[in-house]
Amino acid sequence: MGRYLGRKLAIYLLTFFFAVTIDWLIPRLMPGNPVDTMVARMALRADVAEVLRSYYIRAFQLDLPLWQQYLNFWIALSRGDLGISTWLFPQPVIAIIYRAVPYDLLLLLPAILLSWIAGNQAGAMAARVRWLDNTLLPLSYILTATPYMWLALLLAWALGHVAGLFPIAGAYSFNIRPHLSWLFIRDLLWHWFLPFTSLFLVMFGGWAIGMRNMIIYELEADYSRYLEALGAPQRLIRKYAFRNAMLPQITGLALQLGAIVAGTLATEIVFAYPGTGYLILQAVQNQDYFLLQGCFLFIITGVLLANFTIDIIYALVDPRTRLGMTGE
Amino acid sequence: MRAKIRHEFLYFALRNAKLRIGLSILLLFAAAALVGPMFARYDPNAYVGPPAHPPSPEYWFGTTTFGQDVYSQFAHGLRSTLVVGLIGGGIGTMLGVLIGLVAGYRGGLLDEILNMFTNIVLILPTLAILIIIAAYLTVRGILVESIFIGCTAWPWAARAIRAQTFSLRVREFVDLARMSGRSPLKIMLTEIAPNMMSYLFMTFILQFGGAILNAATLDFIGLGPTQGMSLGLMMNNAVLWAALQLGMWWWLIPPGAAITAIVGALYVMNVGLDEVFNPKLREL
Repeated sequence: MGRYLGRKLAIYLLTFFFAVTIDWLIPRLMPGNPVDTMVARMALRADVAEVLRSYYIRAFQLDLPLWQQYLNFWIALSRGDLGISTWLFPQPVIAIIYRAVPYDLLLLLPAILLSWIAGNQAGAMAARVRWLDNTLLPLSYILTATPYMWLALLLAWALGHVAGLFPIAGAYSFNIRPHLSWLFIRDLLWHWFLPFTSLFLVMFGGWAIGMRNMIIYELEADYSRYLEALGAPQRLIRKYAFRNAMLPQITGLALQLGAIVAGTLATEIVFAYPGTGYLILQAVQNQDYFLLQGCFLFIITGVLLANFTIDIIYALVDPRTRLGMTGE
Repeated sequence: MRAKIRHEFLYFALRNAKLRIGLSILLLFAAAALVGPMFARYDPNAYVGPPAHPPSPEYWFGTTTFGQDVYSQFAHGLRSTLVVGLIGGGIGTMLGVLIGLVAGYRGGLLDEILNMFTNIVLILPTLAILIIIAAYLTVRGILVESIFIGCTAWPWAARAIRAQTFSLRVREFVDLARMSGRSPLKIMLTEIAPNMMSYLFMTFILQFGGAILNAATLDFIGLGPTQGMSLGLMMNNAVLWAALQLGMWWWLIPPGAAITAIVGALYVMNVGLDEVFNPKLREL
C-alpha cells in the first residue's frame, strides 16, 4: 500500500510542478503582454505611459533573466504570495481566495458525496427493476448531458423567479451579517439549496448510469454465475456485485473531478455564489490576471489533494491494493 | 464479404432505436445550424428591436435586454457550437489515437514517458487550463477555441486506445505484418487501427460532446469568442444582463436546451452504436 500511494504521490507532485510551470509560462508565451494592456487601459499621455510601463516591468521583475523569474515565482509561491489583486486593490490574492474557499466546500462536498451515494444506489436498483430502468436511464442520460449552468438557470428561473420559493443570488441575504446564529444558518441553507440541487442532479445522472452498467456487467461475471449455480440467494449475489462495481465508481470520481469543478464554477456564476467561480468571473471582467492565476493554482491544488484522498480511500476499500497485490 | 459486413452493420444500425433517435436529433440540429442563419433577419449582435420583448411573429425567440434578436443569436450560436464540437472533438480524437497507438505499440521507455504525460494532463482540470490560456488571448475566435479544447481533451482517449493497442499488438496478424517487413507506422494505421474502428468512432462521438460542453462552460465564464456568437456566450450575456431577475425565459432557456439535446443525442447514439458493434449487447 505504501508503494502504491508513493507512486501516486510522485505523479501528483510532478503534475503540480507541471501546472505551476504552465501558470508561469502562459502569460510570457502569449502574444501581447499584460503590462501593455494594463497601461493602455489607463489611457495616459505617451511619455507618462512609457514611464509607468518601465516602472511596472521593474515592479513585476520582467527585466530579470527568465530562469531568475521562474525561480522567484517558486519562491514567492512557497511563501503563499500569489500577488496583489488589481480588482480588489490592494488585497493580496491569497486572502481573497481564502474567503471564497468555505463557500466552494459548502457546495462541493455535500453535492459530490450525496450524488455519488444516491446515484450508486439508484443505479444498482435500476439494474434490478425493469420499470425503474426504463424511467431512470433516459432521465439520467438527459441529466448528464445537461450543461451545469443551464440546469442552474432552469432551477433559478422556475423555483426562484416564477415560484419565488428560493433566492437566486448570493450566499446569504444582504441585510444579514455572517455570524453564528440560527437565523443566519437558516438563511445560508436557504440560499445554498438551489445551487446544491442543480449540482447534485447533474452529477447524479452520471453515477446512476455508471453503476447500472457496472452491476449488469458484474452479474454476468463468472463469480456471479458460480454463486448462482451454488444456489446463493439473489441478495448475496447483488451485494457482491455492488461491492465490485463500486471500485470503478471510485476511480470514476477521481476522473470526473475536473468536470465537477468546472460545473461548480459555472453554477456559482449563475447564482452569484461567492466562491471561486464568481471570483474567476470578476477576474475575467476586470482583467485581474493575478487573481486568475491564483484561482488556477488553487483549483489545481484542490483537485490534486482530492485525487490523493480518493487514492487513499481506494486503497482502504480495495483489499488487493492494501496488500500490494496489484501493479496499479 | 466486405459488402456483406457493411450490409449487416447497416441492418443492425437501422434496427437500433437508440441510434435512430440520437441520429435524428443530431441531424435535426445540424440542419438547423446549416439553414437557420439564412432565415435570421438580423445581425446577431445588432440592436434591432424593442428591449426585452417576449417571442412574437416579428421576433421569433424574443429580444434581449438591448433589443438584439434572440433567434438570430441562437441560429448563429448553434452553428458555432457544432463547429467547435467537430473541430475540437476531431483534434482530441486524433491526438488521443496518435498518442495511444504509439505508446501502446512501441512500449518501453517511450510508452513510460507518454503514459506519464497522459496521466499528468488527465489529472489537470481541463477547464482551469483553458481559462488561463483564453484569458491571455486578447482576440479569440471559434477556431482557436476549438483547437485549445481539442488539445486538452485527449488524455482519456489516449489511455483507452493504448490499452486496446496493447491487446491487439500481440495478435498473429500483427506479428505476420511485422515479419513481412512493414514499417511500424503502416502496421499501426493499416493493421491495428482498423481493428478498433468502432471504438475510435465512439471515442470521436464522446469527444464531440465533451468539446461542446467544455466550450459552453468556457463561453459562459466569459472567455468565449470575442467576435461572433455561441450558445454559451448567449447564456453568459443573459446572466450578466439580469435575464434571470427580469424573468426573460426566452433568452435563458433555448441555448442550454439546444446543448442538452445535442449532447444527450450524442450519448444515446453512443450507447446505440455500442449495441450495434458489440453483438453481445444486441437485443434481439
